[in-house]
Amino acid sequence: MSLLQITDLQTHFFTSAGVVKAVDGVSYGVDRGEVLAVVGESGSGKSVTGLSVMGLIDAPGRVVGGSIRFDGREIAGLPGHELRKLRGARIAMIFQDPMMTLNPVLRIDTQMVETILAHRSMTRTGAWALSRDTLGRVGIPSPDERMRGYPHQFSGGMRQRVAIAIALLNKPDLIIADEPTTALDVTIQAQILHLMQGLVEEEGTGLVWITHDLSVVAGFADRVAVMYAGEIVEEARTDDLIDAPRHPYTRGLIGSVPSRNARGARLAQIPGGAPPALNRPEGCRFAPRCAFRTDGCEKPQALRDNVRCWRAADLPDFAEVLA
Amino acid sequence: MVFVIRRLLQALFLAFVMSFLVFAGIFAVGNPVDILIDPDATQAERARLIVQLGLDRPFHEQYFIFLGNLLQGDFGNSFVYNRPALGLILERMPATLELAFAAIVIAVVLGIPLGVYAGLRHGSPGSQAVMAGSILGFSVPNFWQAIMLIMVFSVMLGWFPVSGRGEVGEFLGIRSSLFTLNGLHHIALPAINLAIGHLALVIRLARSGTREVQAQDFIRFARAKGLSEPRIVLVHLLRNILIPIVTLVGMSFGGLIAFAVVTETIFAWPGMGKLIIDSIRMLDRPVVVAYLIVIVVIFIILNLLVDLLYSLIDPRIRLDEARQ
Amino acid sequence: MSVTDTQPTTAPPLTPKAQAPERPAARIIRDFARSPLALFGLALLLIIVLAAFLAPWITPQNPYDLRSLSIMDSRLAPGEVGFSGVSFWLGSDGQGRDMFSAILYGLRISLMVGVIACTSALLLGLTLGLVAAYFGGRTDTVIMRLVDLHLSFPPILVALILLAIMGRGLENIIIALVIVQWATFARMGRATALSERGREYVEAAQSLGLSRIRILFGHLLPNCLPPLMVLYTVEIASAIALEATLSFLGVGLPATQPSLGLLISNGFQFVLSGQYWISVFPGIALLLLIVAINLVGDRLRDVLNPRNIT
Repeated sequence: MSLLQITDLQTHFFTSAGVVKAVDGVSYGVDRGEVLAVVGESGSGKSVTGLSVMGLIDAPGRVVGGSIRFDGREIAGLPGHELRKLRGARIAMIFQDPMMTLNPVLRIDTQMVETILAHRSMTRTGAWALSRDTLGRVGIPSPDERMRGYPHQFSGGMRQRVAIAIALLNKPDLIIADEPTTALDVTIQAQILHLMQGLVEEEGTGLVWITHDLSVVAGFADRVAVMYAGEIVEEARTDDLIDAPRHPYTRGLIGSVPSRNARGARLAQIPGGAPPALNRPEGCRFAPRCAFRTDGCEKPQALRDNVRCWRAADLPDFAEVLA
Repeated sequence: MVFVIRRLLQALFLAFVMSFLVFAGIFAVGNPVDILIDPDATQAERARLIVQLGLDRPFHEQYFIFLGNLLQGDFGNSFVYNRPALGLILERMPATLELAFAAIVIAVVLGIPLGVYAGLRHGSPGSQAVMAGSILGFSVPNFWQAIMLIMVFSVMLGWFPVSGRGEVGEFLGIRSSLFTLNGLHHIALPAINLAIGHLALVIRLARSGTREVQAQDFIRFARAKGLSEPRIVLVHLLRNILIPIVTLVGMSFGGLIAFAVVTETIFAWPGMGKLIIDSIRMLDRPVVVAYLIVIVVIFIILNLLVDLLYSLIDPRIRLDEARQ
Repeated sequence: MSVTDTQPTTAPPLTPKAQAPERPAARIIRDFARSPLALFGLALLLIIVLAAFLAPWITPQNPYDLRSLSIMDSRLAPGEVGFSGVSFWLGSDGQGRDMFSAILYGLRISLMVGVIACTSALLLGLTLGLVAAYFGGRTDTVIMRLVDLHLSFPPILVALILLAIMGRGLENIIIALVIVQWATFARMGRATALSERGREYVEAAQSLGLSRIRILFGHLLPNCLPPLMVLYTVEIASAIALEATLSFLGVGLPATQPSLGLLISNGFQFVLSGQYWISVFPGIALLLLIVAINLVGDRLRDVLNPRNIT
């Protein structure tokens, strides 16, 4: 049984302009020690899915359907105080912009110690020592001094390390990382990836890595789920997905990664943009942008054999297309 | 240090400019001799008094004499009371300061919780009621509101005295009417009167600050850490909305002292404000000038204090940068 | 290489065509009308202004015509019928004035003082602010230092001193209010002009060789108007409140031109003996006027600032 199993999750936002179905029937699972990458463009619902698991959807949004099972227990619809016991203790989350996730007016030690004391009965001194050790583990030099610093005294990469340290404090079973490297320089990105990979392996933590950039997770995730317009369009083992993507959207994504193309060749592009959340196509949501669109695509698509395209089997072989 | 010295120099210059402007302005007012001297006085008596008060000299001489005296701490004698003007003002200052202090306490203690509530529960009936109340509090002219307070709570209900300052008690060497029950009984209405306008402002600031901070990632991260709601609001949110509120409180303390003119007049509160209104009416030039100089000094001290407080609340601001 | 970078090269029409852009004035009126509270404020304001304007024709009595007053009618409670057979719906004051008539006349004076003072302050402050923003350098420094100095003192204090110097009177209080308010407009005008100055249209105008004055008033000014309109509305309310306060303190308008502040002041002594109406009703009128203006101003602020639309 999976550590986290989401089934048919529906998270909607009730705005004055209409109901935005940000997450519209998403299912995925992740095991202990496993890394699942959730890939999609902005507005695909990948972040909202993560926040739904955490119970952090703010009004006017609400989880309206589906199930979220964590460690065998249904947590969708749990009362606030029950969810709070899980958050930061058994499920931790890391956010995209490290410049914004730490409170600018509180010292690092305050922000770390409070995380421990919110969940465990421990002395303040003990919590402080544990915080300092964790800060050292994520590669922050002279943690004793840095504990007394304020966020503005840290660089972006260092702040993300602090955020990761905070996530690790209570030895969570699951970490949901929402684009944690997007706002960082490429070299720092690699360091953070490497760090996370090591930590997850050490502790056997399950990891959901949300990103818009497939190439970041290619060498790192065990499995990849691709989201488009509130749905998962394809899920597969990372190698399989990259070598033989089956959904036209996934093919487009991989086709637009430069290393896959011959030198000098034009990068493949997916024409158009994602449909507005309030005005999605009736049938296949990707159809208007799909190069393989034919009659029959105007019908809604179900996820069959982990791909949401009725023509998946008929499409030309991916390797041939590239060549 | 450089910062503090520069601020002090600026302050001195400001005080100097103000002394000139005020003196020049007051010089243009009608002749105080007419008010001060008994109409039945003889011509000789008049002349003697004019010379005694220095009113026969040309404008610039009067000013330089005044400035010279000022530097020695001599603000001149009140025409009306025939006592040092500065002494008159300092004597009445505690009454005004305690009134302004009580008003600030009311505005902050009620304003922050109400504003944070209105921000957190944005759009709820409770929040809308708070905001409607704040618009009303902002719009009600201070003096009329004072009359209404007296009418309802003193005349109709008889809960509070109509006017005056109560008994003064001493605590830690400070003498204030805040330390006796009778004193608190007397200060309640004037303090509420002085507070309401600022209460409305604090509510607005706390509300907009709350809404802004609430949407920040670090609040969401604090939730993701599993912190309790009280801790998030009381520590993470509050610390971040305090800066504009501290600014307001610091800046408006001066405004409160000025606005105390109205409150003190209506409630017959024996403070500086009532003194200045009486002095303006009686053309008591030295008292008006001394009052303004004192106000300028109070303002300058307040501004410095606000800057110092900033750096305590927000670690990102260092003192020497604060005014750059 | 990332998904979000995919450029729509030959984007098929996915969304229905955008509607023809609406005229800004139409949008502002529509947005304004979406707030019932603001509409209420606007209606209230129109009623008050109309009533004040028509005062000589709709009041039962001219409160300043001493021949129409009778001391026998003094301090009648609301609704009482006076000696001369006229009913005083809002009561009468110590001199036998009908409060309803006195209030409408008082509103006239308050509105007039507020509008004239504020408009003059707007013109003066805006001109100085635009000049400071456009010419920069020493001109800017001098003007803004003056503004800072000015704004560091509470308005009521400045006005008190000015009136202490000049004495009470209609012209004097208007002058005092203008001096109190110009700096606010100057600061706002400068700030908006500075943010507009860097825009393309100013550079375009400059490159066309238009004169500075032409750019200043023909191009910068119209673009600074929305925020200034909001400020102007709100400042009228505060000018009216300040005038009432000063008149109440006895340093504002003279007794021959009783504004609302003076009416309230006259009634204050009677409040203690329970004759509330002489102070209460003018105060309510003043309050309604200020609330109405603030409601309209608040909504204008939201509507004119596109970021605030929710």
